[in-house]
Amino acid sequence: MDLAFFTAWIQETIRVVSVNRDRLTRLDAAIGDADHGTNLDRGFTSVREALAESPQDNPGQLLTLVGTTLVRRVGGASGPLYGTLFRQLGKSLGDAREVSLGDLATAFATAIDAVRRLGKAAEGDKTMVDALAPASRALADAAREGLRPDDALERAAVAAAEGAKATIPLQARKGRASYLGPRSVGHEDPGAASAALLVSALRP
Amino acid sequence: MKKLINNPESVVADALAGLAAAHPTLRVDVGGRVVWRADAPRPGKVALVSGGGSGHEPLHAGFVGHGMLDAACPGDVFTSPVPDQVVAATRRVDGGAGVLHVIKNYTGDVMNFEMAAELCAEEGMTVSSVVVDDDVAVQDSLYTAGRRGTGATLFVEKIAGALAESGAPLAQTTRIAGQVAARSRSFGIALTSCAVPAAGKPTFDLPETEVELGIGIHGEPGRSRAPLAPARELATVAMDAIHGDLPLAGDLLVMVNGMGGTPLIELYVAFAEVAAYVKAKGARVSRSLVGNYVTSLDMQGFSVTVCRLDADLTRLWDAPVQTPALRWGR
Repeated sequence: MDLAFFTAWIQETIRVVSVNRDRLTRLDAAIGDADHGTNLDRGFTSVREALAESPQDNPGQLLTLVGTTLVRRVGGASGPLYGTLFRQLGKSLGDAREVSLGDLATAFATAIDAVRRLGKAAEGDKTMVDALAPASRALADAAREGLRPDDALERAAVAAAEGAKATIPLQARKGRASYLGPRSVGHEDPGAASAALLVSALRP
Repeated sequence: MKKLINNPESVVADALAGLAAAHPTLRVDVGGRVVWRADAPRPGKVALVSGGGSGHEPLHAGFVGHGMLDAACPGDVFTSPVPDQVVAATRRVDGGAGVLHVIKNYTGDVMNFEMAAELCAEEGMTVSSVVVDDDVAVQDSLYTAGRRGTGATLFVEKIAGALAESGAPLAQTTRIAGQVAARSRSFGIALTSCAVPAAGKPTFDLPETEVELGIGIHGEPGRSRAPLAPARELATVAMDAIHGDLPLAGDLLVMVNGMGGTPLIELYVAFAEVAAYVKAKGARVSRSLVGNYVTSLDMQGFSVTVCRLDADLTRLWDAPVQTPALRWGR
């Protein structure tokens, strides 16, 4: 997987975030403050501009720029959290031009740990971690089993989507939805939903 | 939903342009989204910087001025500012005596201010912080994001701002800010939802016959719904929640705050009930504030914030303040 692969991932992410902007905002209106789709779309629009302004040399540099742009433009909790996810991915990949599935799985695991630490969230708290952690495990398993990258990424996408859906019956323990207590039950977490979109965009 | 705007994307910038045009004592970087006192930085004075999502006006930018905040950084509607804004605001007002960041306890606000504080430290600025978490509607535990910061933020900004204006050092200013936060409690009730400009419609549906109890300031639903009741009963719900958490005693600073869409006449109706409640508990309304100060766009509803005063806090509350939204004694 090379720079072109990761650039395609980011371009596809920009597209799916834009297409799903209103759905994410609706999910956020139910248990949050009705701005998740708007904020992410603004962030990824800035990412598109940033990428156009300064072409990147390798995947690590690209992902670091994506993360920095999100931190600088999104605000709220999702800015620092997604910003950290991408910055950490970029840092883990270093200046390698070609990334193996094993490298990607390791980078994902490290990045998700950083997100967990920043958000002080564990799996089951009804946050983006509920989609990211299963996706990361699926990648790691696939790498161990020697799967081809496209099969591995397919598995990760399925795991993330299932993880997002599995937040519906949970009571939120982190983020703004936690203020609702038991009333947060019965709604998909908007952060988990956007995280699943992001993983699903990761295709060869 | 009708809105007096040009377009949803430019609401924050357009409002900041208006703030700048209306208040020559302020300096406003509309693009960079920073508002600061025209006389900043003041050498040797501790500076106060706060910020948060827009939509809570006059909080925070309306409290920038003599005796209160030195700078504010407004984020998008209901979205915390980004670290760059906080760093820029801090840089603008740092007079060499240190800068206190006043942060409302929301996951996003805390993260962005923490990232900003790290960047400020790298630039050699001395920064401390206070996190305000006064909302008793949220059950505080290890397993939640903790209580929200709401009305007490105004108390912290006013009282710590007065102390900083008197020349107190950073450690003392930070300490008193923490004291005010620790001695304050709030509870809010909504009669309607609010409409975020970008969404264009109310965040939640609330029937004519119901109210939301325990709301925050972002149009998020509260903890429960109840039938609409007379102001006396709604004020009692709010005061029972506050009194149950921090017993009312002695001299109190009491704010009845409108959420943006409630007429002042109704806020005074609520204040009468709140004052009667305080008296019945054997405490005293020593200082008060009634009006729209920490709002949630066009939401109808109110919140009550109570702070247990002592002689020092009373003196600092009474100290002169001159900001767009709060001014006396000068």
